[in-house]
Amino acid sequence: MPAIVAALVPVAYLAWRTGQAGGSAIAEQLGRPRLIEATGRTLMLAGTVTAACLVIGIATAFLVSRTDLRLRAAVNLSASLPLAVPTYVAAFSWRAAFPGAEGFWISALVLTVSSFPYVHLPVAAALSRSDPALEEQSRSLGEGPWRTFFKVTLRQVAPAAVAGALLCALYVFSDFGAVSILNYRTFTQEIYVAWRLGFDHTGALVLASALVLLTLIVLAGEWAAAAPGRRARRESASSRAPVRLPLGRGRPLVYLGLAVLAVLSLGVPGWSLARWTLDGVSTADPAEVWGATWTSLYLSGAAAILTVALVVPVGLYVARRRGPLAAATERIVYVGYALPGVVIGLSLVFMAINVDWVRERFYQTAPLLVFGYAVLLLPLGMGAVKASAAQASPQLGQVAASLGAGPVRRFATITLPLTAPGIAAGAALVFLTAMKELPATLLLRPSGTETLATRLWTYTDVAAFSAAAPYAALIVVVSAVPIWLLSRRIGRQGP
Amino acid sequence: MTAPIARRGFALLSAAALAAAVAACGTDQSDDTSEETAAEDEAVVLYSGRNEELIQPILDDFTAATGIEVDVRYSGTAEAAGLLLEEGEQSPADLFLAQDAGALGAVSKAGLLSSLDEELLGRVPETYRASDGTWVGLTGRSRVLIYDPAKIAEDELPESVWDLTNEEWEGRVAIAPLNGSFQAFVTALRVESGDEAAAEWLEGMADAPQREKNGPIVEDVAAGELEAGLVNHYYIYEKAAEAGVPVEEFGPALHYFSPGDAGGLVNVSGIGALGDAAENENVAALLDYLLAAEAQTTFAESTFEYPLIEGVAGPEGQPALEELVGPEIDLNDLDDLATTVQMIQEAGLA
Repeated sequence: MPAIVAALVPVAYLAWRTGQAGGSAIAEQLGRPRLIEATGRTLMLAGTVTAACLVIGIATAFLVSRTDLRLRAAVNLSASLPLAVPTYVAAFSWRAAFPGAEGFWISALVLTVSSFPYVHLPVAAALSRSDPALEEQSRSLGEGPWRTFFKVTLRQVAPAAVAGALLCALYVFSDFGAVSILNYRTFTQEIYVAWRLGFDHTGALVLASALVLLTLIVLAGEWAAAAPGRRARRESASSRAPVRLPLGRGRPLVYLGLAVLAVLSLGVPGWSLARWTLDGVSTADPAEVWGATWTSLYLSGAAAILTVALVVPVGLYVARRRGPLAAATERIVYVGYALPGVVIGLSLVFMAINVDWVRERFYQTAPLLVFGYAVLLLPLGMGAVKASAAQASPQLGQVAASLGAGPVRRFATITLPLTAPGIAAGAALVFLTAMKELPATLLLRPSGTETLATRLWTYTDVAAFSAAAPYAALIVVVSAVPIWLLSRRIGRQGP
Repeated sequence: MTAPIARRGFALLSAAALAAAVAACGTDQSDDTSEETAAEDEAVVLYSGRNEELIQPILDDFTAATGIEVDVRYSGTAEAAGLLLEEGEQSPADLFLAQDAGALGAVSKAGLLSSLDEELLGRVPETYRASDGTWVGLTGRSRVLIYDPAKIAEDELPESVWDLTNEEWEGRVAIAPLNGSFQAFVTALRVESGDEAAAEWLEGMADAPQREKNGPIVEDVAAGELEAGLVNHYYIYEKAAEAGVPVEEFGPALHYFSPGDAGGLVNVSGIGALGDAAENENVAALLDYLLAAEAQTTFAESTFEYPLIEGVAGPEGQPALEELVGPEIDLNDLDDLATTVQMIQEAGLA
């Protein structure tokens, strides 16, 4: 499967470089004085952020899909868009709003409000596909709404929630933007330190290998936790509109909570961008802005299509099969996501430069960059596809086969429609994450190609914040389009 | 040697995945790449670790004057160096323009840079170019103390960077230990006073506030969040320009340590040629242009950095370059840099 080979590019590259570095270099890097503390800090931050994202993401998804909340499409949008805000912009905004804010809690807060959509999106997609009949039966058997939520709904969305939680945790591993601005030293920062100090990129790659090991431990933990049969398949293929729980007297409280969340995740960065625009004197060139917007659109769009094409077979495979091979396949795909983008970029440079066929055709071209996005963002697509596929009953396929439908027809008429919400959610996730990607873009892009993110970087780097503001705003606005389309589905559904 | 085989094998496998991926989604855009390669034959390929806003206007002037196209790839200096080291001899780059000497040294040490023309090297004082002639400085930047005049009176300011480890300054002066210029400055401390004294200085700065780069130090001094910090002299100009005020009214002020103090070390941004690119006429023309009066004047006027060739006036309002000369260090000596880096780590600063 091409997706597996793609996912292995960075891992193989790191193994190669680490082997080359030799034992003494490895010992030296791993003996770095602050490494143990950095590991502990990373795990603590990832744990806290993941737990918080789970609570918030499941809550927002449930409110949007299972309650009589009004303005559901708007709420869904505001619970998805924070993912489009680059974390360094979010962190910068918080620093500007609260001078001196730094360390664990503010880092955890910023990363939580930027990454809870990783949970919200797949869980909302899962809820929109899952049959509400089970929940209704539970209610009709006299269980209250809360018990039904914990005993039935949560179990139904567990695969989606776990996939999202894993993304949160691994994202915290890879993030550099927020933690560097908020002064919280994580493992990825140690990698950058090793690199920036004396431009020693071998040392940095040895550390990146260590991060891969750390990631594998986390993935093994998730594997162990996932072992007992966790997935609940729905038994009917027809998705009926759910009975929406009335919010009742809790309504004002719910709206207040959602408003606070929107202010923390979107309001603070928005306010900061407004200040950049008003305080600065530099200006952006409209032609340049539109050029970058178009480039970002087609690169991120292509990344979404390619990633989905790569992950659909893997997602279906791991959703259908049990056993060590499927489990290992699934987790390999996640490894790249924990690595800083610059390592992914370098691994593709290495691959492309050493194979004549690729170098001559693809080096520093848009297709290689798009492939780089796919390598980096594979798990975003796969988690969503798998969660969706796991909910679809395999019996339907068996029935169709017994009626004489061939594999292509079964895929087109059964599998694809049933997993479509997951595929769409996965594509949207990839799209908006690719929009803000910077380090791999800088290494892999064709010379002269400018995306919204590279422009944002160019201008913030020389303190031209006012010129940078429209680019940051456009990253969010353009990302809003696919999310809006997705949320109309969710908003339309039901009474 | 089995290594190249393994390397090829792995790379081939990855390439197969790429091919399958490209075929799978039909985003094959290889037709426009072949055109590009043909058109780029004459263009100079420059990897720039310095910002587009600073460099592109100068390159546009060059193209207007000579008709030679420059194909530029912008990234951070560390990223560009990493890219070059990974590309090795297959690199499409002709020139590497770097924010600091350490990155040029790393690429030079890997054997990727070749010696530049003697005449070209001769335009720049020996201190500001590689001893083996593989790179040459383009602009100079001085280390300074930036401070908030509302918090520190002029007569309180330290004469020497060594004073900063005294009790009265503890925890008040911010540093950016990951910054290449800071590392070069620590190397200067070592050359001036020995490793032991330098290690003591670093330990004395253990409580200093830290920022990732120079820029945030300047921003935070301007915002009143920091009292002072050690940075390069030109950042204050770009921040003041964005705020739309003359630098005198911006807020923070610059303080130069007494002449000859390691705290006033002058670093360079510089350029080197990859492989045999230096022999290419167009590449030579660009190098010549960057080290001639027009471009050097532009650097002084637009980025407030020091021109490095003789006869070009320095940035307005700054002390003359000759007055700033600190201890003589070899900015290209990577083994020296490695020791410095180790000392910074041992002192717990990074």
